Amino acid sequence: MRLLIAGGRVVDPSQDLDGLLEVLVEDGWIAQVDEKIRRTKDTEIVDASGFVVAPGLIDMHVHLREPGQEYKETVRTGTLAAAAGGFTAVACMPNTAPPNDNRSVTEHIVAEAGRHGFARVYPIGAVSKGQKGEEMAEIGDMVAAGVVGVSDDGLPVSNAELMRRALSYAQHFDIPVIQHAQDLDLSAGGVMHEGEWSTRLGLSGAPGSAEDVMVARDVILAEDTGGRYHVAHLSTARSLDMVRRAKAQGLAVTCEVTPHHLVLTDEAVAESGFSTHTKMNPPLRSAADREALLNGLADGTVDAIASDHAPHHADEKDVEFDQAPFGVIGVETNLSVCLDRLVRTGIIDLARLIELFSTGPARILKLPGGTLRPDSPADITLFHPNRPITVRAARFRSKALNTPFEGWKLRGRPVATILSGRLLELPT
Amino acid sequence: MTPETIKPEVWTRKDLLGIAELSAEEITLILDTAESFREVSERPIKKVPTLRGKTVVNLFFEPSTRTRTSFEIAEKRLSADSINMSTSGSSVVKGESLVDTALNLQAMAPDLIVIRHGHPGVPHMLAGRIDAGVINGGDGAHEHPTQALLDAFTIRQHKGKLEGLKVVIVGDIEHSRVVRSNIHLLTKMGASVTLAGPRTMMPVEVEKLGVDVVYTLEEAVAGADVVMMLRIQLERQSRLLFPSVKEYFNLFGLTKARLKRAKRDVIIMHPGPINRGVEIASEVADGSYSVILEQVTNGVAVRMAILYLLSGAHREEG
Amino acid sequence: MPTELKSKKTILDSQQMRRILRRMASEIVERNRGVEDLMLVGIRTRGVPLAETLAAHIEREEGREIPIGILDITLYRDDLSTIAPQPVVKETRLPGDIDGKTVVLCDDVLYTGRTIRAALDALVDYGRPLSVQLAVLVDRGHRELPIQADVVGKRFVVGPEESVEVRFEATDEVEKVMLMEPVEE
Repeated sequence: MRLLIAGGRVVDPSQDLDGLLEVLVEDGWIAQVDEKIRRTKDTEIVDASGFVVAPGLIDMHVHLREPGQEYKETVRTGTLAAAAGGFTAVACMPNTAPPNDNRSVTEHIVAEAGRHGFARVYPIGAVSKGQKGEEMAEIGDMVAAGVVGVSDDGLPVSNAELMRRALSYAQHFDIPVIQHAQDLDLSAGGVMHEGEWSTRLGLSGAPGSAEDVMVARDVILAEDTGGRYHVAHLSTARSLDMVRRAKAQGLAVTCEVTPHHLVLTDEAVAESGFSTHTKMNPPLRSAADREALLNGLADGTVDAIASDHAPHHADEKDVEFDQAPFGVIGVETNLSVCLDRLVRTGIIDLARLIELFSTGPARILKLPGGTLRPDSPADITLFHPNRPITVRAARFRSKALNTPFEGWKLRGRPVATILSGRLLELPT
Repeated sequence: MTPETIKPEVWTRKDLLGIAELSAEEITLILDTAESFREVSERPIKKVPTLRGKTVVNLFFEPSTRTRTSFEIAEKRLSADSINMSTSGSSVVKGESLVDTALNLQAMAPDLIVIRHGHPGVPHMLAGRIDAGVINGGDGAHEHPTQALLDAFTIRQHKGKLEGLKVVIVGDIEHSRVVRSNIHLLTKMGASVTLAGPRTMMPVEVEKLGVDVVYTLEEAVAGADVVMMLRIQLERQSRLLFPSVKEYFNLFGLTKARLKRAKRDVIIMHPGPINRGVEIASEVADGSYSVILEQVTNGVAVRMAILYLLSGAHREEG
Repeated sequence: MPTELKSKKTILDSQQMRRILRRMASEIVERNRGVEDLMLVGIRTRGVPLAETLAAHIEREEGREIPIGILDITLYRDDLSTIAPQPVVKETRLPGDIDGKTVVLCDDVLYTGRTIRAALDALVDYGRPLSVQLAVLVDRGHRELPIQADVVGKRFVVGPEESVEVRFEATDEVEKVMLMEPVEE
């Protein structure tokens, strides 16, 4: 089966490509990328005029909530939402019920994803059994079943000895240890960032230091073990600085940032009138932190943008701010948010954005995607860089509605995804 | 016949959720209106028919005899039908969500609701969903607007004005809603506010609210016109913040000796209930500078004024 | 309501007003056969300068100081739930107990009678006067309640679109009574 994507602007940072090019797909693999490709009788043409053609976008931090919490989201609805958002692959976190700390849960998730076929799912396995932070989980077994990284996300790996051993052990499988950096004592009781706004609102704050002390500790352990360490949803200026210095030292340290941390600050809690759609972990930080993260995008310190898509049932979020669970969704809106607020404003260019959404995650998790190089899997994202879109949670494919961007008018929207050479038709 | 030196703003809000959003004119209007209501409590028949036939619900999620009684008296003196609904614990513990409590209440068509809750933002949540006017009786550590208003009323009574005064607030600033509301009100009205307390109880970046911060009582009290002491509850807070009541009294307790550095006509205030021998010595609480009991009296008048003003405002869209 | 009004004509100038006020003061004393236990209570706002002026006249004639009170009837109005926003409330100040006193309510203009009804309700909450009488400078008719004044300065029947406004030296720097009509659109 031959598919020819023609007329679009191909942007592939992995090959330093940016121009009007054509992409030929054969039997689910990229065959050729060239200025003009020969058309044959059995070639199906996809007219990409006006669109950007990019390597399939990868969201390396989502919560699919299956098994066990299907009332919030399922593998089906989560991957459907991802595809609607322009993503061809997601990496899902293990804090399900039961947690993904063994082969059989991993296999279930992978099989479910394959059955529906909206996006690839690369599970992240737990670091510790039951995510209890005591004993190491069967990492090797999970990797054999398809796991591409380990994390206790939702929770930090608090025990330094466990982190040290995990960083060592993971090297057998060449996978990163992804840390949700949060000192639970420093941040105890905190429901938003500790700063001027938590003071004004009388809400208990979690200081930036809760994230920083753990990143500081882990970077030292990464240095000693030589392991691969990735900071999930990095949110403070100081942590970013530590990652910058670790990279300069040549350590295998990487990090991701969420779109909401790039676009919102702690003031949003007040502005929204205590809306629980501004409550997540790590919390929205100060203006200075946000500024630093934007600089980190531009100077290359940040390796990836990931949503930390955290669906919750509407009833769960419709309670007092103090009581609401942490988390906002993002996989369906984040391409548009970033095109509008990062590229259109000139903070980064389109190629850099695609790098953050595709090349970067593929490199960190050593995935076969993130590129349009010939003989790569034909996972491709088509999007319009400027077309307007208004965010309406009621129209989301996700089961959840907890977005901080409700009603936002943005420019730039996904058009379609191609998975393994197949142009996806999304059900309504 | 007092000539009006300030032209008062007209009251149009449906709710009183905090001081942060009020203008100086609105604050003055409340204080001026409260003057008229003070007199009602001094008559033999302490009643006016103004809120006759109106239903006011006191929805207190946190136990509080003092504030609730003050509101109840204010409501009854206005001839309103005053209903008390006390529930303890959070909605999660009780089993009915806050949203459901609000909808059920709405179905009974009250005119005004006074709500006190342990979590910030709850009155705002309620106000958005319910037609009745909502009065914030204290939401977590966020705001306690009626307290700040009665404090301002008391200060104005003694000093004639708020502008230019040095007001000092001492205690556990971090966890106090009284202090936040007072900071907003006093700074809006042109007073200077100094906060004092242990470093472990001072919220971060609080200077950004337009106040001075010191860490000894002596520094704070020097030249003060008003000294407001906050209640210390070491049982509620963790011992990580402060080791003992004895230590607190030694460092921050207001005694006659320490008061000497304040202005000669200083007034001492406290939102109550007072902890004798913890934040304030009996000799000061009962002394001639104390206006603590007047605050309680004024509380009724101020709350009557607020109920009066809120009961008249009409909704825009009907 | 409220429509803009302008002065149509002056129905009492300051000299006429002064004569009427002197006569009203004498009438009050005559009715009550003296000033024993007499108290003048002015209804805010312009009932107050009326009470003060009458009290001054009585004091000059009788040589005794007459206690004066100020009554704000806002809280007793019968139309509070239909008007928005709430009208401004001012203080009520009575010079001591009203039990057993002869209270003369003073108001500048008597119209529907609702203000006086509210004033009577207010007084009742302060005590039990021996009697309550009413002195008004202008009675403009069109009563909606069975209320009448005991001492009247001048009767003017005025249509519902027009109104009567009184000005006193103490509050307005001039002294006159004006007939007001609505401004043509």
